[in-house]
Amino acid sequence: MTLNGAAITRLILLGLVASILQLTAASQVSIFGVPMDLSPLIVASIGFLTGSVPGAVFGFCFGLFADTALMQTLGVTSLVLTVIGYGAGRVRELRDPAHGLAPVAVGAAATAIAALAVTLLQFLLGVEAPVSAQVVRQILMTIVINTLLALPVYALCRRVLIRFLPDDPRRRRRRAYTTGGLSPLSRA
Amino acid sequence: MHDKVVRRRRAVLALLVALSLFLLTAYFGESAGGGLHATQRGALEVLAPIQEGANKALKPARDLFGWFGDTLDAQDERDRLQRERDQLRSEVAQLQVQNRELEQLKGLQEINTAGGLQQYAPVASRVYQRSPSTWYQTVTINKGSSDGVKVDDPVVNGQGLVGKVKSVSHGNAVVMLLTDQDFGVSALAPRRGEPGSITPIPGAGGDLLFDLVDNAEEIRTGDLVVTAGTTSQRLPSVYPRSILIGQVKRIDRGDGDLDRRIHVKPAADLLHLDIVQVLTKPDANLQADATPTAP
Repeated sequence: MTLNGAAITRLILLGLVASILQLTAASQVSIFGVPMDLSPLIVASIGFLTGSVPGAVFGFCFGLFADTALMQTLGVTSLVLTVIGYGAGRVRELRDPAHGLAPVAVGAAATAIAALAVTLLQFLLGVEAPVSAQVVRQILMTIVINTLLALPVYALCRRVLIRFLPDDPRRRRRRAYTTGGLSPLSRA
Repeated sequence: MHDKVVRRRRAVLALLVALSLFLLTAYFGESAGGGLHATQRGALEVLAPIQEGANKALKPARDLFGWFGDTLDAQDERDRLQRERDQLRSEVAQLQVQNRELEQLKGLQEINTAGGLQQYAPVASRVYQRSPSTWYQTVTINKGSSDGVKVDDPVVNGQGLVGKVKSVSHGNAVVMLLTDQDFGVSALAPRRGEPGSITPIPGAGGDLLFDLVDNAEEIRTGDLVVTAGTTSQRLPSVYPRSILIGQVKRIDRGDGDLDRRIHVKPAADLLHLDIVQVLTKPDANLQADATPTAP
């Protein structure tokens, strides 16, 4: 991805809008008693599209915004989302998966890592109340819901950033065949 | 060239992780009046109008999702309500008999009932933001210190106790819900007058534990649980007496009485909070008690 001023501005706007939507709308919608948390999906999608360094920076800022707006312990969400953004970017850089469902696997893995990492950090910071085994159910439900939502979230992020992404070979080929001026038949 | 790129990439990651750890350590170590907390409150003040506007604009979308969920739950709800109605009919007959006796005791209990919550100077506010995390069960409301809201003020809605104020800025406040891991309140099962303590069960979504009950075997499923209020002037409670917390929904019997776990379902629907009230003078009744009465 070309990281110029316009791309960075668009990433900032995307992060702000996504954060506000997450905090004011998505988190207030509960499916099977579990509030929706799209943060790992959004950060993983951005990391997967833009690479490890922009992904990590985006994750850090997104997490810091969430921690600040919700008056949570600063650093917890930003640490987890930094790792998520970096990891998703590295998957793209090392393996460059071409399969159309790759974002689903990345989204599911990102949600699982985020949920487990936040749980682990909470235990490290000290949980005084007895923890229910239902926390496992909540984590699993979040992973299932986010797996189902991974593709639309990825498609939305991709659409926002499409101007700055390298040309998709399939799209390039399609354009070559459909553009009249480039077709050898049109010269006749 | 490749080595340089790799080094730069690793440096960025290390920097961000170190920054996160520094923030985490500093925030965790400082008091509520520290610099990072103050920065957070300032940021909340700036972001609040934007988030409140977005919250209002997105309400129809949230309601649409809620409608799907409500439809799925409607059948179970109907069956449950039918059972409850049958039970309530028989209870009403008993209550009508007891009502006459209670009329005579009314005069004695007037001190507890007169005024209701009005004496605690309630401030109505709208919930506009909610934490999605299992570990931080908080909501943000659009009333703050300028409306008289203070840290630790109790928060209620029409159904019962919701939580308490965790942090306040000028025009907004963060409310810690009953189900937050740090929450705790001294409580009472009024049917038998058994005191105890309500604590959350993190991750159990809408499940509370009625703990430290001396005669736990006296508690029955369906018993109501209310706030105990201040029982000792030395250790005043931030919660007024007799605010409904919830209802005993299940009792896990262990090997002995000490292993008995009493599960309480909160009376307030914490997943669908819209309007809540902050009791800005929760100790109003204590002050009234302390004021010498005119001869």
